Amino acid sequence: MTQDAHSYTEYHPRWYRERVSTYWWMGSWRYLKFILRELSSVAVAWSVGMTLCLLRALLLGPEAYARFAHRMQSPGLIVLNLIAFCFVLLHTITWFNLAPRAMPVRIGGRRIPEFLMAAPNYVLWLVTSAAIGWFILRKP
Amino acid sequence: MSRPSNEGFFWLLFSAGGVVAAVLIPIHLFLFGIAFPMGWLSQPSYEKLLMLAQSPLAKLYLFVLCSLPLFHWAHRFRFTLYDGLQVKHLNEVIFAFCYGGALLGTVLGAYVLFKL
Repeated sequence: MTQDAHSYTEYHPRWYRERVSTYWWMGSWRYLKFILRELSSVAVAWSVGMTLCLLRALLLGPEAYARFAHRMQSPGLIVLNLIAFCFVLLHTITWFNLAPRAMPVRIGGRRIPEFLMAAPNYVLWLVTSAAIGWFILRKP
Repeated sequence: MSRPSNEGFFWLLFSAGGVVAAVLIPIHLFLFGIAFPMGWLSQPSYEKLLMLAQSPLAKLYLFVLCSLPLFHWAHRFRFTLYDGLQVKHLNEVIFAFCYGGALLGTVLGAYVLFKL
């Protein structure tokens, strides 16, 4: 069966491999950046958790909402949110800059420069953020 | 025989969640996690936010906001644990933890939005 020759199985035989340190990603800036980017997903999940708490407070009533707002003012949570915000920005920037690499567009045989490909992402991001901010902040 | 893999499906959730997270999450985290608590901007009233969140379109928006990014997290965090910490022997546990968590968040979000 030639098909099996290159198919991936989870339990393949143990080949000789040099053991890689658990801290392999601390060796160089590139690897560290990679791990930080992957860890940005934790900040993403954290933000969703915060949003779920907010929605729960809205469901429970005005007192619960006031408690939520008060809890968010604790210094520990503000510090955590500031750190999470940096990671979320890292996610946004790395995600937008990835798009032109994932699908390079060529016009007339020439590849469009990456910053031109990424630019619409940033425009979309800013416009969307402004719109959401407007909805939340506008006076009734 | 190689069995059909679900990775494509999970990868689709990962990338859709990545887009949602990149575009929508920064402003939400900034407003509710930093700007309002720090007093830079005044916290919107309960009535106003409730009214905003109760419109059907907003509910759909909030559902997407609370669901897809969790699947993005599940995918990335899973592979960070696999490769970063090299704990491949815990594959099944990590998988259940990550996607179970994402599913739980999705269900909680749907429930709250339904009751709102």
